[in-house]
Amino acid sequence: MLEYDVVVIGGGPAGMAAAIAAYDSGAKTLILERDVRLGGILNQCIHQGFGLHYFKEEMTGPEYADRFRKEVEKRGIDVMLEAMALSIGEDRTVTALSPEHGLVKAKAGAIVLAMGCRERTAGAIALPGMRPAGIYTAGMAQKLCNIDGYLVGKEVVILGSGDIGLIMARRMTTEGAKVKLVLELMPYSSGLKRNIVQCLDDYGIPIKYSHTITRIVGNPRIEGLYYAPVGADRKPILEKEQYVSCDALLLSVGLIPENDLINGSGVEMSPVTNGAAVDENRMTSLEGVFSCGNVLHVHDLVDNVSEEAGIAGSAAARYAKGELKCGECVNVTAKDGVRYALPQRVNRGEGKVRLFFRVDNVYKGARLVVESGEKTLVGRKFQVLAPGEMGSVDIEKSDICGDIVVRLEK
Amino acid sequence: MEKFDVTVIGGGIVGTAVLDRLSRYQLKALLLEKCDDVASFTTRANSGIVHAGYDCEPGTLKAKYNVLGNPLIWKEAEELDVPHLKCGSIVVVGEDGLDGLKELERKAKANGVEVQILDREETLKLEPNVADRIAYSLYAPTAGIVSPYQMAIGYADRAVSNGAKIVLEAPVTEIRSKGGEYILSTPKGEFSTRLVINCAGAHGADINDLAGAEHFETTYRRGDYFVLDSTERKNVNTVIFPLPTAAGKGILVAPTADGNVIYGPTAIDTNDSEDVASSLDSLDVLRASVPLTYKRPAFNKCIRVYSGLRTLIGHDFVIGKSKLRENFIMAIGICSPGLTSAPAIADEVLSMAQETLHAEKKAEYVTVMPRHKRIKELSEEEIEKLIAEDSRYGRIVCRCEKVTEGEIVDAIHSPLPATTVDAVKRRCRAGMGRCQGGFCGTRVMQILSRELNIPLSEVKKGLGANIARYRVKEVE
Ligand SMILES: Cc1cc2nc3c(=O)[nH]c(=O)nc-3n(C[C@H](O)[C@H](O)[C@H](O)COP(=O)(O)OP(=O)(O)OC[C@H]3O[C@@H](n4cnc5c(N)ncnc54)[C@H](O)[C@@H]3O)c2cc1C
Ligand SMILES: Cc1cc2nc3c(=O)[nH]c(=O)nc-3n(C[C@H](O)[C@H](O)[C@H](O)COP(=O)(O)OP(=O)(O)OC[C@H]3O[C@@H](n4cnc5c(N)ncnc54)[C@H](O)[C@@H]3O)c2cc1C
Repeated sequence: MLEYDVVVIGGGPAGMAAAIAAYDSGAKTLILERDVRLGGILNQCIHQGFGLHYFKEEMTGPEYADRFRKEVEKRGIDVMLEAMALSIGEDRTVTALSPEHGLVKAKAGAIVLAMGCRERTAGAIALPGMRPAGIYTAGMAQKLCNIDGYLVGKEVVILGSGDIGLIMARRMTTEGAKVKLVLELMPYSSGLKRNIVQCLDDYGIPIKYSHTITRIVGNPRIEGLYYAPVGADRKPILEKEQYVSCDALLLSVGLIPENDLINGSGVEMSPVTNGAAVDENRMTSLEGVFSCGNVLHVHDLVDNVSEEAGIAGSAAARYAKGELKCGECVNVTAKDGVRYALPQRVNRGEGKVRLFFRVDNVYKGARLVVESGEKTLVGRKFQVLAPGEMGSVDIEKSDICGDIVVRLEK
Repeated sequence: MEKFDVTVIGGGIVGTAVLDRLSRYQLKALLLEKCDDVASFTTRANSGIVHAGYDCEPGTLKAKYNVLGNPLIWKEAEELDVPHLKCGSIVVVGEDGLDGLKELERKAKANGVEVQILDREETLKLEPNVADRIAYSLYAPTAGIVSPYQMAIGYADRAVSNGAKIVLEAPVTEIRSKGGEYILSTPKGEFSTRLVINCAGAHGADINDLAGAEHFETTYRRGDYFVLDSTERKNVNTVIFPLPTAAGKGILVAPTADGNVIYGPTAIDTNDSEDVASSLDSLDVLRASVPLTYKRPAFNKCIRVYSGLRTLIGHDFVIGKSKLRENFIMAIGICSPGLTSAPAIADEVLSMAQETLHAEKKAEYVTVMPRHKRIKELSEEEIEKLIAEDSRYGRIVCRCEKVTEGEIVDAIHSPLPATTVDAVKRRCRAGMGRCQGGFCGTRVMQILSRELNIPLSEVKKGLGANIARYRVKEVE
């Protein structure tokens, strides 16, 4: 049985930043990573656009990951690669499987969950019609393209306007494929505005909002698909069905936090984020178990991931040493246009807390209000708020005088 | 041209079970399959229910082979190490449905099937999540679930282990007679055979036509399904049916032998023998129907949609020797409960074939196949031991279903080798979980490429379609 102060599960940007912060707070730390290398999803994101906030310079995903990898190496933090965590047992013993070490058991003073997320699939959205070859999640197409050097098709349709899909629209175009159409069910994009501009508009790729696929055609390979506008109930208007031919369909229809390790374990989960409900230290309802990065809630910017993971990592180290003070908690809830706010709990005490939030539609000139008890802590006007962009506001803990509500005034 | 004593056309559950029987005799036995794997059509897309046999019209072939087949499936799933569970089934009805259950009970008695009518309270003990309106149920303890494609693959593996030959990607396109033998043409060459056994499923009538045997009119009925995440498995104990109707056994809620839950099938008449495209309205029928029997529908936990095609020739199976062509046996029009009936049909076909072949049993043949190594099912000590022998069993490739590289390599080198991503998936479940191969798809492709010694761009998903199609621009 191995023993560590902090065991970090997942070695993507979240896991690495958490491990570094834990180590720097004096904790003996282990990273378990399923893949053959550290870096997580960043390894396949070879485009620019990472680090603008955290490092104040623009770099590619692998470059961003490399910065952290070097910091992990410099500190000599223990890393087990090709080691997949299978379960978390009593008194925080993590069981992992690895070809090199066999069954690994590591007893942890604190655990940081940093397993990232997975993509929603054709099955998950019950895509109607045939189920031929040629339908991929955007991330899988990205991996085939950027890691293995293969293109999945030359005439492409993309369903959903998540960031990975938008990035892949540009990537496939620069590789000589024709991206014919992007279809989005909602009346707005779920991706970053800058990606709509830089990946679609700049290449003249059309996006049809409030449209969805009604039927996939082709066997054994996709030959085309029917699509239609949707009504207010999000159901397709079949009389307006149109056909487009294609030899590949990429799906960018959402990401789901990869919480298999704790699902069903009694950890309190948020039905909105599909991640754990946490306090400002990113501790879950299970004492000593922390969560950060995309496994906690889906981030659009890795910079926020690194920041959040730093908080979780150092808090985990303090917990392991018995130094983490948890006071009385107030709840944080979201309403009136705010889909969720995170953390979902804040301990009373001293210091600043950054609240992250996402809205449920595009709002122009709306005011974000944070109230605690009778008191208004924040009232800030935003020019634009969109579902694809996570927002944040800071509050002072000393101002807290009751449960916190985050809402919009339109 | 290679010569065979007997050739089975079609590698579904019926054809593979027949080949399995033949392979125990001193015969040169061949199976020709159109697709790049067995179990590639109806046998891979059905409900996977081992029916008890209470609802078949007494006196029909369906009733006969269902009742004979049920115990054989349980025994052979064990021999072939195929996932199965005798979990029982219930037909559930509201206050007004008792007469329907009594009618089923009468048929059950005629067919010799054990059933019991339960009131609501007794039903809830078996299945706490039946809908609130359910007042009675008909419980059949001998029913259960099996992995239908693994069953067919198991038969194929055992047949190959016993010396039979399977040629894939070999659709039979022409059947000629020459000197008392049949010559079968396929893109993989011509094969000569004394006896033909037609198990071609949806194309059974076409094969009959090619051979000049009896002509049959075929109709088709498609059924769409939702597959739910394995997290739903804990909510369903048994197979939950509504009352059967003329269109079929109705929309069920059932666990699968691999640990998921399914809702389906619908019943959509079609005249297209390849129609396995789900449709929006049919999926809506499922959304509306499931709550009538089941209290906890969770359509948001769907991980996949699929469709299967029922092949109907009249109202019953067509099993027998052709009266028009000598040495030509038919096992076609095998719709539900064809999976359950397959082993019994195969026994019957074997005895018909023996009337021509008169073959002796082999001195030795395999009945119990070697156990599959499945990390998920092993104890910690067994896992440690296995990884010490071969570290590939420590490398998890499919993270949703916890399938290791070792298991994938085993699938690729099984008696009937898996040569495509889909074939690997059917054998060891890599890519069958909630991420549907999003993470492991490319890894499985790499392993196939390495083990089969082919470039990545030639690795197929299944049915001949490759995945990595074009190289990205090479950098000078
Ligand atoms: C295509 C794409 C484009 C993006 N573009 C940008 C951009 O331009 N700019 C930007 O700032 N951000 C971008 N992002 C967002 C950013 O990359 C992610 O938010 C960030 O990578 C999330 O980090 P993470 O560590 O939480 O998850 P991941 O990077 O997914 O890492 C999770 C790690 O955990 C491992 N793991 C999972 N389960 C286990 C287990 N049981 N045992 C052991 N290990 C496990 C995984 O193998 C993986 O390495 C993009 C993301 C994607 C996918
Ligand atoms: C929706 C649905 C639900 C069902 N549920 C159940 C159930 O729960 N329990 C149960 O017992 N039964 C069930 N059944 C019935 C069962 O699935 C079928 O009876 C069984 O799978 C039929 O097997 P088969 O071998 O006849 O056909 P198939 O599995 O279709 O096999 C026929 C094979 O022949 C091949 N072939 C076709 N033409 C040629 C050619 N020219 N040359 C070479 N090969 C050829 C095909 O590629 C195919 O592989 C269900 C059926 C459906 C459609």
